[in-house]
Amino acid sequence: MGDPMKIRAKLEGDIADVRVLMAHPMETGQRKDAAGKVIPAHFIKEIRAELNGKVVWTADISQAVSRNPVFAFKVKGAKGGDKLRITWEDNTGDKRTDEITLGS
Amino acid sequence: MKHALVLCAALGLAAGLAGQPVSAQSEDRTAAEFDKFREVLEEANPAELWEVKGEALWKTKRGPKNASLEQCDLGLGPGVVKGAYVQLPRYFEDTGKVMDVEQRIVHCMVTLQGFKFEDLAKAPFSRGDYTPDPVSLVTYVAGQSREMKIAAPQSHPQERATYEIGKQIFFYRAGPWDFACATCHSEDGKRIRTQNLPNFTKPGESAARGYIGWPGYRMTGGVMHTLQWRMNDCFRQQRFPEPGYASDTIAALLTYMAVNANGQTYRGPGIKR
Repeated sequence: MGDPMKIRAKLEGDIADVRVLMAHPMETGQRKDAAGKVIPAHFIKEIRAELNGKVVWTADISQAVSRNPVFAFKVKGAKGGDKLRITWEDNTGDKRTDEITLGS
Repeated sequence: MKHALVLCAALGLAAGLAGQPVSAQSEDRTAAEFDKFREVLEEANPAELWEVKGEALWKTKRGPKNASLEQCDLGLGPGVVKGAYVQLPRYFEDTGKVMDVEQRIVHCMVTLQGFKFEDLAKAPFSRGDYTPDPVSLVTYVAGQSREMKIAAPQSHPQERATYEIGKQIFFYRAGPWDFACATCHSEDGKRIRTQNLPNFTKPGESAARGYIGWPGYRMTGGVMHTLQWRMNDCFRQQRFPEPGYASDTIAALLTYMAVNANGQTYRGPGIKR
């Protein structure tokens, strides 16, 4: 399990402006270490956002995204007290889920 | 004779070019672009990831004594984290000396949690995917002073004496290059490549410029660094013998810097190129 992510959401009317910061090395698999050995690829493949259990946003990403990535998106139909849960899964099968309550 | 004349003409030409106002203007523009770049990045500063990590480390029972750091006194009483960072370095009764934030956190890890200082000092700086625990802890503590004014105390005689020692270290010229901190950091408008060099001798906004950006996330390598690392690296760049980790020398130097930055607003952990 990865390190915690930082989720921030600002409510403007019924639109939640979400910004999520994830801790991940995002290795491309093309770099070599000091000994000349290839550093194996290690990157997030999928990110999923759920509002009260319903999937509202997904992203399929790859090695092209940099280390410790940041994503921002807007969710319509949100209100204070809603639970926003974000999950990522990487190519090694590692997963991380964090949740916040909107308007808190 | 002819050679000498040619040389003089060449020098004159070079001097003329360097003095043209155009270069100063484009320098300002470069600096402005860098400021804009930094502003955008501050909205999504990965340093926050270390704040989250540091908070967990602070509250978790760890070490040989299986204790959390929630009883650690950062100067405002045991367990008070809010606003502690901007009031450091300060004098501590229990150790009888002025300590900076990292030195104090390490002190707590040793006394409260039972970690060995020698182990913590073995690899104290971030590298690649490795972040030493004190670095995450410093980032968390610093983040709890966001938007507060820097107010490093000078009421205790030890604090005033430490400031004077720090000032002496700042101006102390030595090493194979006959260098001092002051060589780069005591004049306005200096820079190395695209990096503007803050003038630490001018109290207020100028001195704060170099102090408030730390601890900082460095995009080169994607690592988190504290002022302990930054000071160590300055000593290395000056070709000085490197100071010991969390040493009193650095606490003194940081006291000098912090006090000169007093009154300025701390904006939280920073982001570096």
